[in-house]
Amino acid sequence: MQVSVDPDRCCSSGQCVMTVPGFFEQDDEDGLVRIRPTAPEPAQYADVRLAAELCPGGAITVTEGAEPVGHAGHGPAR
Amino acid sequence: MTSTPTTQAPLLPARHDTRCPFNPPPAYTEAAATGPVSRAELPDGTSCWLVTGYQEVRTVLSDSRFSADVRRPGFPFLTTGQREILAVTPSFVRLDDPEHARLRRMVTGDFLIKRVEARRPAIQRIVDEALDRMTAAGAPADLVTHFALPVPSLVICLLLGVPYADREAFQERSRLLLSIEAGREETARARIELLDYLGELAVRKREHPGDDILSRLAARDDLTPRQIATTGVLLLVAGHETTANMIGLSTAMLLRHPEQAARLADPAALPGAVEELLRLLTIAHAGVPRVALEDVELGDTLVRAGEGVIAMLSTANRDEELFGGGDRLPTDELDLDRDARRHVAFGFGVHQCLGQPLARAELQIALATLFRRLPGLRLAVPESELEFRTEAVIYGPKSLPVAW
Ligand code: SF4
Repeated sequence: MQVSVDPDRCCSSGQCVMTVPGFFEQDDEDGLVRIRPTAPEPAQYADVRLAAELCPGGAITVTEGAEPVGHAGHGPAR
Repeated sequence: MTSTPTTQAPLLPARHDTRCPFNPPPAYTEAAATGPVSRAELPDGTSCWLVTGYQEVRTVLSDSRFSADVRRPGFPFLTTGQREILAVTPSFVRLDDPEHARLRRMVTGDFLIKRVEARRPAIQRIVDEALDRMTAAGAPADLVTHFALPVPSLVICLLLGVPYADREAFQERSRLLLSIEAGREETARARIELLDYLGELAVRKREHPGDDILSRLAARDDLTPRQIATTGVLLLVAGHETTANMIGLSTAMLLRHPEQAARLADPAALPGAVEELLRLLTIAHAGVPRVALEDVELGDTLVRAGEGVIAMLSTANRDEELFGGGDRLPTDELDLDRDARRHVAFGFGVHQCLGQPLARAELQIALATLFRRLPGLRLAVPESELEFRTEAVIYGPKSLPVAW
């Protein structure tokens, strides 16, 4: 599973942090979404998918793929 | 592909059936049974779309082709007088991006999960002290006056930096502001008085800043005093009306289901239980207004540019396919073990409630503490005698006489 976040679309609702606390984080200043620099644990996959579904800004993209493909960094372009 | 109405279009905002006080007005559930999008009529006589399906509600609230800007032609108004009042100084929830995002980001820092979590001990203290006062005064007591209202009121005063001594004046005015029955002049006056009050407070904060939201807003030079006051009014009203009604209504519902209320004592079950209460009770009973900026296909319906749309959160939250099934109870019943996390009680899209981490923390602490400290809590009157705010945009009990 590959996860990317687009801080430009994030409205700092914190919904993702609540859904998968260990993986999504909020910037201390502006609350914009960040992700841990390691790929999510397989046990977290279902919740990560839910977090993407529930993100009100559509800022989280999950790409399912051959495992493990690691991590996509902060922006969608990287 | 415009659908043709088969039944009489309901008049908004629809009336509750007082015999089923925990259900949304029947007109909305009936509309939902006919399809996800139907016709309705606004108080000013214009017609609009009533959107009751879960997916369609999420689309309306997250697709930028639907605008939250009250100044747009065709914007649907659910209460008399709102048009003039809101159009003058709209708060950021009534604006679209980028203006909405710019203003919202000025206050997001205060509602970060981490920041809210750090406030849990302060919230716990506020909850405990409110219960101390209520129990000291003796039973029966009105839980709304002694608990449901003071708790969020004290919390938002703390965050905003509003002296709690001024609470009565702003509580009364925020009631008026959210009332469907209050006249246009009354509502306008209440809003202006609140704006003036917070404007003056912000001026004082500029000279004597504290560690609070108003002080942080007042210190910025990219905001006019009016913009600061408008954001303040939004947070003040949203912060105490919504949570107060959720605490009151949740308590009334839990007293109906004492066997389930026991689940609140399990710290692992508590967050999920609160999500289920948020889902089932969805206190924003009047729905969320938007206007279409272009022609949009919504399900099988073509919504045309300039048409008003009311997204009904309460019916979306009772979607059987999404929240029912298996050994779960039907979605119009309380089931504290249900996975209710997909609910849209806080709205959806970039306008989704900014204060949700705070609301969740307050509800978890208030409800768990209430039922832990008062295990014998019960209604002091028959449930049929309870009165509800059927006239308000935010729904809940007017009072809740309890004994313990
Ligand atoms: S859920 Fe979406 S909008 Fe909310 S903080 Fe996470 S990424 Fe940002």
